[in-house]
Amino acid sequence: MSHAFDLALCALILGAAVLAVTGRNVFGAIVFYVVYGVLLALAWLILGAVDVALAEAAIGAGVTGVLLIGAWQGLADAGGLEDEAPRPVFLRLAAVAGAGALGGLIALAVISLPGGDGLTLAVVDNQDRLELGNPVNAVLLGFRAYDTLLETLVLTAALAAVWSLTRTRVWGGVPGPGHVTRPDGVMASFGRLLPPAGLLVAVYLVWVGADAPGGAFQAGTVLAAVWILIVLSGLQDEPRLNSLPLRLMIIAGPAVFLGAGLAGAAAGAVMGYPDGHAKSVILVIEYALTLSIAATLALLIAGPARRAP
Amino acid sequence: MTLLFALVALPLVFMLASLAAGRRAPRLIWLCAPLMTGLSAWLAISVFEGGRGGPLGGWPVPLGIALEADGLSAALLLASAITAGITGLYALGAYGRTDRETTRSYTFWPLFYGLWAALNAVLVSRDLFNLYVAIELLSLTAVALAAFGSRRAAMRYLMIALAGSLAYLLGVVLIFASVGTLDITLIGERAGEARIPVLTGAALISAGLIAKTALFPLHGWLPPAHGAAPPAISALLSALVVKASFVILLRVWFEALPGLSDPAVTLLFGVMGAAAVLYGSVLALRQQGLKVLIAYSTVAQLGYLLLVFPLAGGGEAATPWAAGAWGAMGFHASAHMLAKAGLFLAAGLMIHAVGDGRIDRLEGLARAMPVTALAFALCAVSLMGLPPSGGFIAKYLMLIAALASGQWPYAAVILAGGLLAAAYLFRPLARMFAGAGTPELARAPHRLLALAPLALGLAAMALGLFSAVPYDLMVIGLPEAGQAGLEDADPGS
Repeated sequence: MSHAFDLALCALILGAAVLAVTGRNVFGAIVFYVVYGVLLALAWLILGAVDVALAEAAIGAGVTGVLLIGAWQGLADAGGLEDEAPRPVFLRLAAVAGAGALGGLIALAVISLPGGDGLTLAVVDNQDRLELGNPVNAVLLGFRAYDTLLETLVLTAALAAVWSLTRTRVWGGVPGPGHVTRPDGVMASFGRLLPPAGLLVAVYLVWVGADAPGGAFQAGTVLAAVWILIVLSGLQDEPRLNSLPLRLMIIAGPAVFLGAGLAGAAAGAVMGYPDGHAKSVILVIEYALTLSIAATLALLIAGPARRAP
Repeated sequence: MTLLFALVALPLVFMLASLAAGRRAPRLIWLCAPLMTGLSAWLAISVFEGGRGGPLGGWPVPLGIALEADGLSAALLLASAITAGITGLYALGAYGRTDRETTRSYTFWPLFYGLWAALNAVLVSRDLFNLYVAIELLSLTAVALAAFGSRRAAMRYLMIALAGSLAYLLGVVLIFASVGTLDITLIGERAGEARIPVLTGAALISAGLIAKTALFPLHGWLPPAHGAAPPAISALLSALVVKASFVILLRVWFEALPGLSDPAVTLLFGVMGAAAVLYGSVLALRQQGLKVLIAYSTVAQLGYLLLVFPLAGGGEAATPWAAGAWGAMGFHASAHMLAKAGLFLAAGLMIHAVGDGRIDRLEGLARAMPVTALAFALCAVSLMGLPPSGGFIAKYLMLIAALASGQWPYAAVILAGGLLAAAYLFRPLARMFAGAGTPELARAPHRLLALAPLALGLAAMALGLFSAVPYDLMVIGLPEAGQAGLEDADPGS
């Protein structure tokens, strides 16, 4: 790849970032933010970090973008998008100066970093003991599985936080506005056509994640997209939020992960895996996590209940 | 090791169980509170016997993550288990409905257990990135709970907490890129001389944590958020949440990067702490609302914690009074947990009874609600630093350390802070005992609720009455810098 392409990509990333930050129009800022995420994923791809690229595209640009558009819609409905009075010039200048100074300091620190590849060698030396070919997965579900466990619970807690904003009257009801589409329209056909493919991709992403880029978070995002597509196409409404099967689906992944971590104590080390069975236990955890991540992400996007049960 | 993991895993199990249990979820606290208190007590005993922890999953650091508890963690785990357990039982009054599900009686519990797990995760972690994940979980649950009171204040809290998280994460990245490990002990061995990336990282981490702890001058978000939340939630936020980010600040400066804390740094932290003590107290004096007064008192009391930096002589400058200062900080953190939660819970009952949060309306309450008023008074005594409370031991040890090290300005601040605390807490107390009549009051949701703040007040007293054992616990595994002074400072016994 030539330097010209790299330079152009860097310029595009910076340009999209500046437009996202400085835009007066909230919707425009969100669009540039999504563009920025996609360009960033491309940059990760060029740097050879395929796992990061997948995560950035799926979660950084995709899910976050959808959430932001949902927030924009909510703001617009509540009348929160009216023009604010511009802040005084000296305040804006002070903000620019502060951000510039901080950026300069960080740049200086980054430039003076000593080389070194961190823990790469240690990961490669040890990943065979987990029977995993993908070093990223070995870190996420092996060496630092405890971090991943807590992160999945951050997601669960975020859903509880969103639900805590439900109006008393509609508690346990159905989120979202309810979509009606023409039964022979484009949206409905998409809703029938894409979900089987999405399901297949998700199952494959988890399976291949053991040895190549992929894994539960990426697969969960794909499944969540399938969920949203089905709802948007009007084929199936969002579920009632007081449904027990739905709630069990949300806690399944973290519960299996937590249970495996505690069971590790019997096998010698908490958050450890039994020798010779690491890969199978990890796959069970990942499939359970995929299910829960998909449900949690889709319900985060759907928001609190708006229609009574 | 398994015990340390269980202290994080158990509240997480209860978080998931409460999501599945639906309208029966509130009852789980009857099981969780005694279990967690028992486990924490067990941990304290095992730390006394020399237990520390180790790496998770059999992966040694720097590849894996290590959990470890020193005496300070064990003491804070026990104090927070008592505080969270009692506050959880008290919350049954507001979120205990079991005949049908409501928004609050359902969503309070997973957020509550998530907050508890995150706090414990911070207290036992030895890994800078794992600490980031833990405070993310903590901030998220805390903000969601704060929104039970005022959404506007919670939004402001969210912005500050996120900015703090980003600054912290950026600092962690710089430090990891410089030394190639996230483990606090290994960083302490490798960081050596202060290079630019490590210094920048430490500054970013500190700025983020100071904002999250609401240390002066980044305290502005705290009084509205803590003052407007329902009482059980104010108690959790003020007593527990802000302590977690402070503990990380201690770990970074005393254990990961002790070489960085030269006199200029400890002076900066000391001045910030002193300013918080004075500023928070003066503002508390001027409040008309009972809960906002207590919230400003938190701003002031957090300032005392920062005084450990100059009093313990920073990271590497071993001083004979360091152990005393370290113990004082531990006592202050524990006593403030118990007493501040107790004050908020008692205030909640009083405000519910009179239907108004203004201090002027408390007149005669001591006659109508004697148990609640007694609980309020006990907690107030500990915050003022009067004997025989845990707060007294904390301020006494701090004063000794300040005088022994010849830093008399800090001694003056500690004394002035005590006097100001007496002044601002005397105002509501005086109203409670004023007048002659017994006011008409709304009935409490349950008549046993007053026992919750009373138990917390009594625990704060017990901490002072039996101070020798907790002191011995808190100085176990003291950062090396402080150990020189262990023989010289032995209070209470």
